[in-house]
Amino acid sequence: MSLPALRIRGVTKRFGPLVANEAVDLDLARGEILALLGENGAGKTTLMNILFGHYVADEGTIEVADEAGALRPLPAGSPGAALAAGIGMVHQHFALAESLSVIENVVLGTRPLLAPGLGLRAARRRLDTLMRDSGLRVDPNRRVGALGVGEKQRVEILKVLHRGARILVLDEPTAVLAPQEAEQLFGILRRLRGQGLSVIFISHKLGEVAALADRVAVLRAGRKVADQPVAGADKTALAALMVGREVVPSRRVPQAPGPALLVLDRVSVPGERGRPGLVEASLTIHGGEILGIAGVSGNGQAELAGLLAGMKTSSVGTVRLAGQAIPPGPAGAVASGIGRIPEDRHRDGAVGSLGVAENLALETLSSPDVQRWGFLRFGRMRETASRAISAYDIRCPGPEAPVRLLSGGNMQKVILARAFESHPRLVLADQPTRGLDVGAAGEVHRRLLEARNRGAGILLISEDLDELLAISDRIAVMAGGRLSEPQAVENVTLAELGLKMAASGTGQDRAAA
Amino acid sequence: MIRFEPRTGISPARSMGLRLLAVAAALALAAIPLGVAGAPILPAYAAMLQGAAGSVFALTETLARATPLIFTGLSAAIAFRARLYNIGAEGQLYLGALAAVAVGSGAVAGPPALLVPLVLLAAAAAGAALMLGPTFLKGRFGVDEVVTTLLLNFVVLLFIQMMLEGPFKDPMGGGWPQSEPILPEAALPPLVERMRLHAGLPIGIVLCLLAHVLISRTVLGLRIRAVGENPAASAYAGIPVLRTLLTVGAVSGALAGLAGASEVAGLKGNLTADLSRGFGYAGIVVAMIAGLQPLAVVPAALLVAGVFVGADTMSRSHGVSSYIADLIVALALLCVLVAGLFVRFKVRWERA
Repeated sequence: MSLPALRIRGVTKRFGPLVANEAVDLDLARGEILALLGENGAGKTTLMNILFGHYVADEGTIEVADEAGALRPLPAGSPGAALAAGIGMVHQHFALAESLSVIENVVLGTRPLLAPGLGLRAARRRLDTLMRDSGLRVDPNRRVGALGVGEKQRVEILKVLHRGARILVLDEPTAVLAPQEAEQLFGILRRLRGQGLSVIFISHKLGEVAALADRVAVLRAGRKVADQPVAGADKTALAALMVGREVVPSRRVPQAPGPALLVLDRVSVPGERGRPGLVEASLTIHGGEILGIAGVSGNGQAELAGLLAGMKTSSVGTVRLAGQAIPPGPAGAVASGIGRIPEDRHRDGAVGSLGVAENLALETLSSPDVQRWGFLRFGRMRETASRAISAYDIRCPGPEAPVRLLSGGNMQKVILARAFESHPRLVLADQPTRGLDVGAAGEVHRRLLEARNRGAGILLISEDLDELLAISDRIAVMAGGRLSEPQAVENVTLAELGLKMAASGTGQDRAAA
Repeated sequence: MIRFEPRTGISPARSMGLRLLAVAAALALAAIPLGVAGAPILPAYAAMLQGAAGSVFALTETLARATPLIFTGLSAAIAFRARLYNIGAEGQLYLGALAAVAVGSGAVAGPPALLVPLVLLAAAAAGAALMLGPTFLKGRFGVDEVVTTLLLNFVVLLFIQMMLEGPFKDPMGGGWPQSEPILPEAALPPLVERMRLHAGLPIGIVLCLLAHVLISRTVLGLRIRAVGENPAASAYAGIPVLRTLLTVGAVSGALAGLAGASEVAGLKGNLTADLSRGFGYAGIVVAMIAGLQPLAVVPAALLVAGVFVGADTMSRSHGVSSYIADLIVALALLCVLVAGLFVRFKVRWERA
């Protein structure tokens, strides 16, 4: 266990005024799983990109053990050298050629350009051995484009192992996986560890770290703030180290619901690409309550969210907000007091090149706070933005800073600020904490509860059951486009939710999502 | 070894400087074909500079040549800001010119105060109308506007030739395929006595100023920038994406149409099928050199026009083909595109 595999010393990396990594030391032993824990923007991915040669460190050294076990300096800035030294990386976003088969993807880049053949037969033999030893099973002849997310990840890991990697770096591998798939992945990693593979596992989920890793290193604001064995580590203490302050989980205080606010009566919304869509859904949301929608994505949530966001129209049924029909289109939804948090914040939530102030104004371009006679009122927009930046603790260089420079959590805060700016009667929160770290997710929960306590009705669509159970007043389950009868959260059990979700939720929907 | 690292931001001055450097690089690269053609390089460039800016006459020539490029450059800059790739300025220019002669060559009589605006309006409307179809098809059905606008150029040019052989043919033109001349009351007046520089230039400059205000200071401008960058998020925020695109398309087409009016009513006096020396396409280069900034369109157009005018002088005095101008302009576009790489990435040189 004590044979070193990797030694990082004093690595510092700056991007202009931003320090992404500061004097980071990191050790990894043979056959060890190290969890690299940290919030978004803490410098985890930067450090790994330096290790893999995508970036060059401003200071510091990296040494990697060769096959004989002797530490040798790793040439900086060369992915080729990193590969040759036995470092393999699996990124969050897969780098696979979709139109090629699994075996072709595995071989890709390993053969000289002018080699006479692909060497597929030898590769196939090697791959079969690897699959048997590791437990990573994929049909080598399938086209990668036809595989599900979990299978693609297995191909990525096989690709790395095929190149003879002794150190495997996984960047948030479970972000794209369903709980069962994640469990399978952990089993495989434990098995590979037994065979002497060293693993660096980047995550911001404490539960995973506790379940899998031998040791955990915590990064915050580019510095390493903790490095300790997982056994005996305290989850709350780790969370506090990660965020830099005590993390108090949001608590829902029961309150009597207000009058019925949003009423859906047997509403259907056609689905896309053969999906069921929303099928005859009936639903009532009261003021002052959070109604949680559980379910595997692709079971009609997109259609329900699209309907309330004004992006989709119903084919049958009636939708009433405080007894009135909602005017068509997204502008109609905004005008009738619906605050919207979209599922995909990068695609639907923000315009990357525009500043924070401009993004905040985007939904209310005709308001006198934004324009006069068609001319933008920069002074007022900047004021609004400055207020939002301090109220929501948005970390950014200023109101004019393009939001594409912001981390995921801070971008989500901009979207929250925009949704809550006009004190909405109804809030649509579609996967509001997906991809966010503990601190940012807690902030989202606090804001949602605040709006609820103020009397707003909230529809919370989430795949995270812990989240739903923590802040919802009632929970309904979506499966196959149908909505179950909502139940008070006090009467709901995890097992029951799981059963309802499985009722017609299929793995295929998930892969397509 | 060369490495590219993404930049987080770049100052406008620095990105402008990079683009100017790109133009200089294009001129340096053009020395190679000049040398191959057997011209002495430094004297040839001196002749080019002399021809572009060496005298009052040369300067007015350059300014006159820059005038249509300002219109077409602005047309491309505004459209590209919304990621509406209008490659059809050439066709819109010709249709605008046709509308200008249709109104200005005798169909309507009146004082200049009435006729000049009428001619300009007609040209703008014709250019805008031509751009609406491709824009609608893109916004509604996702039809690639690069293909539709580019191909429309050829359709329009054939249509112009048909008109010049038919209903628009000047009966006094001695059989040449040319339109009747623009009435003196409908013409854009010259700025300098007996020079070719005309009122189209100040109009173009004012439009650049207006466009700058529109893009950076108005709600419509914000919509245009938002739709160009992320149409999905714009739609989600309630911005009417199709309507914004149609507005941009109409403005872009109108500006290209004005280029046509400016040429027939300011310079040529009548419409022929060789009215434009590729001004529509050169406008794309102008827009790229200007970094899609309306205010930078004027200097960028002057630069490109200077190359065109100067190359004519160079070809006369050193016997190289005047096509060298097209070569330099094309090289400039390529160099600016490469410079775009440096705007987005930081480049590091390292020993492997």
